[in-house]
Amino acid sequence: MKIHEYQAKEILRKFGVVTPRGIPCFSVDEAVAAADQLGGNIWVVKAQIHAGGRGKGGGVKLARSKDEVRTIAGQILGMQLITHQTGPEGQKVRRLMIEEGADIKKEYYVAALTDRATQKVAMMASSEGGMDIEEVAHNTPEKILKVFVDPATGLTTEQARELAAGIGVPEASIPQAIDCLQKLYTCYMETDASLAEINPLILEGNGNIKALDAKFDFDSNALFRHPEIVELRDIEEEDPAEIEASKFDLAYISLDGNIGCLVNGAGLAMATMDTIKLFGGEPANFLDVGGGATTEKVTEAFKIMLKNPEVKGILVNIFGGIMKCDTIANGVVTAAREVKLAVPLVVRMKGTNEDLGKKILAESGLPIIAADTMAEAAQKIVAAVA
Amino acid sequence: MSIFINKDTKVITQGITGKTGQFHTEKCQEYANGKNCFVAGVNPKKAGESIFNIPIYGSVKEAAGATGATVSVIYVPPAGAAAAIWEAVEADLDLAICITEGIPVRDMLEVRNRMKAKEAKGGKKTLLLGPNCPGLITPDEIKIGIMPGHIHRKGRIGVVSRSGTLTYEAVAQLTEIGLGQSSAVGIGGDPINGLKHIDVMKAFNDDPETDAVIMIGEIGGPDEAEAAQWCKANMKKPIVGFIAGVTAPAGKRMGHAGALISGGADTADAKLAIMEECGFKVTRNPSEMGKLLKSVL
Repeated sequence: MKIHEYQAKEILRKFGVVTPRGIPCFSVDEAVAAADQLGGNIWVVKAQIHAGGRGKGGGVKLARSKDEVRTIAGQILGMQLITHQTGPEGQKVRRLMIEEGADIKKEYYVAALTDRATQKVAMMASSEGGMDIEEVAHNTPEKILKVFVDPATGLTTEQARELAAGIGVPEASIPQAIDCLQKLYTCYMETDASLAEINPLILEGNGNIKALDAKFDFDSNALFRHPEIVELRDIEEEDPAEIEASKFDLAYISLDGNIGCLVNGAGLAMATMDTIKLFGGEPANFLDVGGGATTEKVTEAFKIMLKNPEVKGILVNIFGGIMKCDTIANGVVTAAREVKLAVPLVVRMKGTNEDLGKKILAESGLPIIAADTMAEAAQKIVAAVA
Repeated sequence: MSIFINKDTKVITQGITGKTGQFHTEKCQEYANGKNCFVAGVNPKKAGESIFNIPIYGSVKEAAGATGATVSVIYVPPAGAAAAIWEAVEADLDLAICITEGIPVRDMLEVRNRMKAKEAKGGKKTLLLGPNCPGLITPDEIKIGIMPGHIHRKGRIGVVSRSGTLTYEAVAQLTEIGLGQSSAVGIGGDPINGLKHIDVMKAFNDDPETDAVIMIGEIGGPDEAEAAQWCKANMKKPIVGFIAGVTAPAGKRMGHAGALISGGADTADAKLAIMEECGFKVTRNPSEMGKLLKSVL
C-alpha cells in the first residue's frame, strides 16, 4: 500500500527523522493559509499523488510570495499530472503540500528495502540524490552503496557510517546522517514497510541533514497490525477495478489488452496471459480467483472484467485441485447469465471433476467455447476477438 | 527413491484443528500411505485429544518426542505462522513445510535469520519449504500439502515450481503423456522463503530415481538465475524450463508477493535467456512443458 509524501514525512518525523515543515492542503485558500502559518518568504508547492517524477512533470514549484503560492496552487490543484510512473493519461492532483524552502547544498539518496537474495534488509545510499534511482542503478551501479542488516542486530553505527562516509557526507554532518539512517531503518521495520525511500536527503548550508522527499510502500500482508497506516490509504489514487476486486478477495490488475482472463492461481494466471500474447492477443487483466472460488466470487470477477469497455472476449482457465471443476462451471454459467454476457467466452478446465464441469457448460445452452489446453484456449479466444 | 520425503516419513501437522488443517489432513491421510505417515497434531489448548485418530500434542517438541516424527506441515494462520515455523526449528525437525499464505514479510525475515543463526552456532539445520506453497508429493507414497493427489503418477520426472496451479499443470501434462513423477515440489510465491529452486535442483540431481526435471519460475527475484548457473556447472540431467510473466508489467505485484519485477534482471525474458544459456530447454508455451520434457529424454 502506497501513501502520499506528506504522510510519509509525518511517519518519518514520528521516528525522529528531520524533515522541512509542511502542511497538506485540499484547496487554494488552504494553501495560502498554510504559507501564512509556515512564515518565511519562500515556499514549495508540491502536488501530492502516489506516482514519482512529480517535479519533472510540473507538479513541484517554488513560490516567492503568497500571491505566487495562490497562483501556483491554482495551477497544480486539479491538473492531470503526467509523470513516467502515471501512464500517458496522468493522475489528477487532489492534494497539495506547502512546505518551507530549504537551503540545499547537496542531495543524497537513501532507502531501506528487503533483499530476497540475502534475506536481510538492504540499506542503500547514493551520492546521486534527487535523480531517478533506477537510472543511476542502470548507468552507474557503482554509485549505489548497500549494507545488509540482520534484523537481530539492526543497522549498526559502523554500517551507517560506512554508507554516510561512502556517499561523501562531510565529516561534521556524519553523526546526523548516521542518526537519520538508523531511524529510517527502525521506521522501516516497525511500520512493516516494503520500501522506505528518502530522495533526496539533503545537506543544508548549515550542515543539517533533512529528508526533503519521501516515499513508502507497505507490506499488505502486515496491514492487519497497522490500523494507523490503513487509515492513510487514499483510494482516489488507486484503480477502481482493483479496489472493487480486493473487496471480494480477488487479485486483479488492469492491463492494456482486450482479452479478459479469469484464472485460479497467480502463476497459472501469468502463464495464461503469456499464452494469449504468444498467439497474438493482448490480455486485458490479471485476475487470480484464488483457491476458494465460489459462485459469488466468479460472478463478481466477471462483472469487474466486463466493466472494462475494451474487453472483447473472456478466457477462463481453471486447474481444479481442491476446488472442483463442477463448482467453477456452475459459477461461470450463473455469472454469464447474470451479467448477460455478450462477448465470446472460452473455458478451459482441467483436474478434479473435469468431465462433470464440461458437461455443465455444454448443457447450459450458453455459447461457451470449450478448449482442452491453455494453448488451444488462447488460440480460440484470439480468433474470436479478431 | 524420491527427494525429501517418502512412504516412511512421519509427519506432524501444526494447525491441525483449524478449518484448513482439518480439510487437508483428511485428504493427506487418504493418499497412499498417508494413514501411517500423519502421526501427530499440535494445539496447546487441545493436548491429549485426537482428531481423525491422530493424537494432538501441546508442542512440536512433545509430538516429535512421542512419535519420532521428523517433518511438520503448517496450516497456522498468518499472524502466528512464523512462530509455528520457529517451533518446528527449535524441535530440531528435518523439514518444516509451511502452506500458510499471507505471512508478513518481516516475520519471515526474522525467522529466517534466526534459523541461519542457529545453524551458524552448530545447531541442527531444519529445512523450510514455503511459505505460501502447495507442499510436496512423492506419488503413490506420500502427499504433504494441498495439491490434488489424483493427477500424479509414480515415475522418474522431477517438478519444481513457485506456483501451485502451474505445478499441477506440469504434472497433469506429464501424467497425460505417460510420464510419472519422482517428486513434485512447490517452493511458494513469497519473497522470503526457505528452499529455493537451486536447493531442489541439487536434490533432484542426487536422486538416482529422477531422470529429468521441469523447473518452473516466475518474474521477480534472482532465484531462477542462480539455480540455472548452478545447473550449468553441475546438473547431470536434462531440464525443461518455463518462466511465467512475460506479459507482466514492471512495478505491479502479480498476486504472489514475490512476483514483482524490481530491476532489469528479474523479468521473464531475462530469466528465460539465462536458463537457455545454461543448457535448459526452455519454452514460452506452458502447454508444451510435458511434450518438451519427453523430447529430451
